[in-house]
Amino acid sequence: MDSRPLRLIAANPVDALARVVEALLVVATAPLSVAEIAEAAADDPERVETALGLLGERYRDGRSGIVLERVAGGYALRAAREAAEACARLFERPVERGLSQAALETVAIVAYLGPVSRPEIARIRGVSADSAVASLVERGLIAEAGREAGPGGAVRYRVTALFERVFGLESLAALPRLDDLGDGTEAIRERLHAVAEARAS
Amino acid sequence: MPSTVRDLELDLDAFEGPFDLLLTLLLKDALEPAEIDMAAIVVSFVERLAARDELDLDACGEFLVLFSALLELKARGLFPDEAAELAELEPEEAAEELARRLAEYRRMKEAAAWLVDRLAGERDRFFRLGPAPLQPQPERQLAPQAPAALAEALRGLAAEPPKVSLAHMALRFPPVSQFVARFRALLSRRRLFDFDVEVSALSRVEQAVAFLALLELRKAGEVALSQAAPFAPIRVARAGAARAREAGAAHDEERTPQWTAARSA
Repeated sequence: MDSRPLRLIAANPVDALARVVEALLVVATAPLSVAEIAEAAADDPERVETALGLLGERYRDGRSGIVLERVAGGYALRAAREAAEACARLFERPVERGLSQAALETVAIVAYLGPVSRPEIARIRGVSADSAVASLVERGLIAEAGREAGPGGAVRYRVTALFERVFGLESLAALPRLDDLGDGTEAIRERLHAVAEARAS
Repeated sequence: MPSTVRDLELDLDAFEGPFDLLLTLLLKDALEPAEIDMAAIVVSFVERLAARDELDLDACGEFLVLFSALLELKARGLFPDEAAELAELEPEEAAEELARRLAEYRRMKEAAAWLVDRLAGERDRFFRLGPAPLQPQPERQLAPQAPAALAEALRGLAAEPPKVSLAHMALRFPPVSQFVARFRALLSRRRLFDFDVEVSALSRVEQAVAFLALLELRKAGEVALSQAAPFAPIRVARAGAARAREAGAAHDEERTPQWTAARSA
């Protein structure tokens, strides 16, 4: 029987390393950074990146049922989109199921302003954020990130790698610029004045 | 031991002296609550309790009440009064602040909408979920165990638990009407009497029922109740007798105005 390794990847000096990286990505349940892979494989980070390039070519959409993606500051394997229906019949994605509007606004605030405390979230939204924060923590989309300075400082929260993965973000830098969203203060001020004048007249 | 708490000697960084003096200084704003080490006060109290070698529940209760008030005072001091800050704004500044906050919220709402769209576009991405593999597993640290001690603990668990007392279920309450009749008879012989003296020989349950009877009589307008001060003896008078006394001795009201519960018939 031929015991030579299955040649999934074209002959390359980093073939052996690519197989190790592939194995690490299969057993991982969260994205792995280059540094984490290099440490686990006991190899050089630059060679790891080369190996990841090889794997990216092999596991790309349309070529395999598995896709290597760059997400949440690392690399991870996921199912190909063409298999999504079959995957959905097998299991659901419970993390984002039933996310309320309050929870979405809260996670947006944490993503943009984090680490941020509950009182600060409540100040921006104008209502208590307790249940939205608890729900997001339970889903693993946000996590505690220290406390505010000073005695009795409130717990602060940040988004997790799972948040980036669920929303398919390579990093938080992939979020749209805050300045590009919503009306500016000037526009709102003008509308406020217009309403006040309309009432006065 | 009523003085256990108030006389509690404290030796803190910001204060040295008895607990009640600390409270007085805090209430007069002579001391900043944020500077007081609350944990040190608890430690002092617990040490004092331990030194006495007996559990003084009255002192514990008093300490809890005073200490929780102190904690609230400190907590309030630690958080800025945002409403008061906003109230000081001029109308123009308030409008500016409102516009700024609305804009901030509007941006976050738009960001949430962007996330909803993003989520909809990512619905066909399936990936493996699970605990982070690189997270170190917490190790359970067990203290060294002696088999004999373990056996002793298990023996304790295996022992028959003590019987739960059901004595209180057999409590029989004397009827209220019995005390109503008794007080009526008393007032037919005398114009007034001290409730505390009349019930002093009774059990706590009987005293409670007697008090209910007293309230019934007052509700019916048959008696007038007065008390010189909180926890002072309750004086019960025939309603008519009370009215006569009120008319003849108006100056007495100055001594017991707020505690007089005489009902005008």
